[in-house]
Amino acid sequence: MAKIDYIEAIRLAMKEEMERDENVFVLGEDVGLKGGVFTTTKGLHEQFGEQRVIDTPLSESAIAGVAIGAAMYGMKPIAEMQYSDFMFPATNQIISEAAKIRYRSNNDWSCPIVIRAPIGGGVFGGLYHSQCPESVFFGTPGLKIVAPYTPYDAKGLLKAAIRDEDPVLYFENKKSYRLVSGEVPDDDYIVPIGKANVLREGDDITVISYSLPLRFIEQAAAELAEEGISTHILDLRTIQPLDKEAILESVRRTGKVLIVHEDNKTGGVGAEVAAIIAEELLFELDAPIMRLCGPDVPAMPINPPGEKFFLLNADKVREAMKQLAQF
Amino acid sequence: MTVLSSTGQQAKHHQLGISEETVIAMYTKMLTARMFDERMMLMQRAGKINFHVSGIGQEVAQIAAAFALDRNNDYFLPYYRDYGFVLSVGMTLKDLFLSAFAKAEDPNSGGRQMPGHFGSKKLRIVTGSSPVTTQVPHAVGFALAAKMNKKEFVSFVTFGEGSSNQGDFHEGCNFAGVHKLPVILMCENNQYAISVPIHKQLAGKVSDRALGYGIHGERVDGNDAFEVYRVVKEARERAIAGDGATLIEAMMYRISPHSTSDNDLAYRSKEEVDYNKTLDGLPKFKQYMVDHGIWNEELEDQLRSEIKKQLDEASSYADKAPFPTPESVMDHVYANDSKGGVE
Repeated sequence: MAKIDYIEAIRLAMKEEMERDENVFVLGEDVGLKGGVFTTTKGLHEQFGEQRVIDTPLSESAIAGVAIGAAMYGMKPIAEMQYSDFMFPATNQIISEAAKIRYRSNNDWSCPIVIRAPIGGGVFGGLYHSQCPESVFFGTPGLKIVAPYTPYDAKGLLKAAIRDEDPVLYFENKKSYRLVSGEVPDDDYIVPIGKANVLREGDDITVISYSLPLRFIEQAAAELAEEGISTHILDLRTIQPLDKEAILESVRRTGKVLIVHEDNKTGGVGAEVAAIIAEELLFELDAPIMRLCGPDVPAMPINPPGEKFFLLNADKVREAMKQLAQF
Repeated sequence: MTVLSSTGQQAKHHQLGISEETVIAMYTKMLTARMFDERMMLMQRAGKINFHVSGIGQEVAQIAAAFALDRNNDYFLPYYRDYGFVLSVGMTLKDLFLSAFAKAEDPNSGGRQMPGHFGSKKLRIVTGSSPVTTQVPHAVGFALAAKMNKKEFVSFVTFGEGSSNQGDFHEGCNFAGVHKLPVILMCENNQYAISVPIHKQLAGKVSDRALGYGIHGERVDGNDAFEVYRVVKEARERAIAGDGATLIEAMMYRISPHSTSDNDLAYRSKEEVDYNKTLDGLPKFKQYMVDHGIWNEELEDQLRSEIKKQLDEASSYADKAPFPTPESVMDHVYANDSKGGVE
């Protein structure tokens, strides 16, 4: 078992799936010779050739739409959106087409595509290289949405997404590419879509999150442990469909829950998680459900103080966790 | 034997290698589509069905295109007026009525979609939606799959001239051009996008845009079945030979209102519609057959009564067929619905 970066885990998943199944191919902007603007597809062009690692014209709706057509034929396309901020031109293809193809054809046609898109800020990307668009697609039945935090999950979830029979949006955190590393086994494995994962066992408070903020939560939990606060951490991993059982079980354990994500608060994934908890467990709670999310502004600014204000970090998370523990 | 017309020229269908049986088969589809459409309008007015969106005036080009394709191997991405097209690639009147009545047995969508939203994997008719032109990138995706798998098929996609202004049209054409893909794009330019006439929709020709995409472009009289056949046939030959995509602009006129919910005389005159009826390709095609001694009024009467019988049977079957169960609303969101979409 080797310790590798998050980005390497994503790359390896694509490489291994392309070796396993010749119907798997990658298309997107700059994914070929250059290997992607983040180097996520580096080496694939060399290994598999330009027919299977396709540099597309700069047109996101075509990237999604052509992938959808190929998928309906029986191919397994992985469509890369260079930044999730730029996937909105493809929204009609994703929501009106990919999500509804099986349903509208009464199970006659299907659309097994994977759309990979880097999310998140903290890279001085300004408004349009930093967004978390999960809530735009969340709540669209027919889509599956995953957002891994660890390299292990990044690899296993991407493999599961590629093998899935339905469209999967794969939101990878761009700040995590080289910041987050971890053990990844050499053998072939998948992480099942729809299953959350307990990152840390604890008895005082529960924190539910996905993607990079879990790094801050883990740091904060370690610090709070020294103060005698025991934290239970649930990584959703898949945000659609949500692992309801795991959410309820993790909240039941402590009776106090904090939900954290970088996407803005209003209408975010956390709102649905909170609603599930309120519907099922209200009388078992020892404190009001708490949320810590990005502010309700259009997107984060590029200036350093503004970006810092917008973003979550270990201090902000620790403060919220402490507040909840003390309730 | 060479059939010569009265002017002494070789008959068009012979020039194109189309047999007389095929000419009759084409006309049979044209008349079936026309009579189906008229029946649907009647049924909507009688309150039997809720809605119909008509293809009257466009059948000739649709059917000519279908007959020029490989109907056993190519993939088809029709738009909502293409009754003539889908009838030519294997869909039956029963299938269309089941869709119109939104019955469980409807092969297009199991009674989920509006009529005119075609789909059948068996017939390689790719499922379509209502936001227009989304099917163009899909057709390009099928063509990409043909190229990647070295398979000898083309994808054929249709859309209106209004739709040709959508981004997906441009993005799809450009992608097909760059990757030299075997796709045939046929704009059925019927001169209206609901109420908006062609001069408010386009300042130039749709077919001229092909130049900018580096693909072959051609405008053709959509009321001339043989010309449409020729142009599509040549486009298919180029596509199979590896010479890439073709954009065809077939000129026609939407004789019916946009849909049964539309009063077209609010935005166009009866005189205009009447004039365009004189250009209708369907009676012209019939006249061609008569002129070449392969059709007569007796055969016409026989065919009409045969189609009427088929329409009666199919509509009656669909009318009596059961609706989907209410609970079936929950089915087929994902491959594994019973497990909530997860393994």
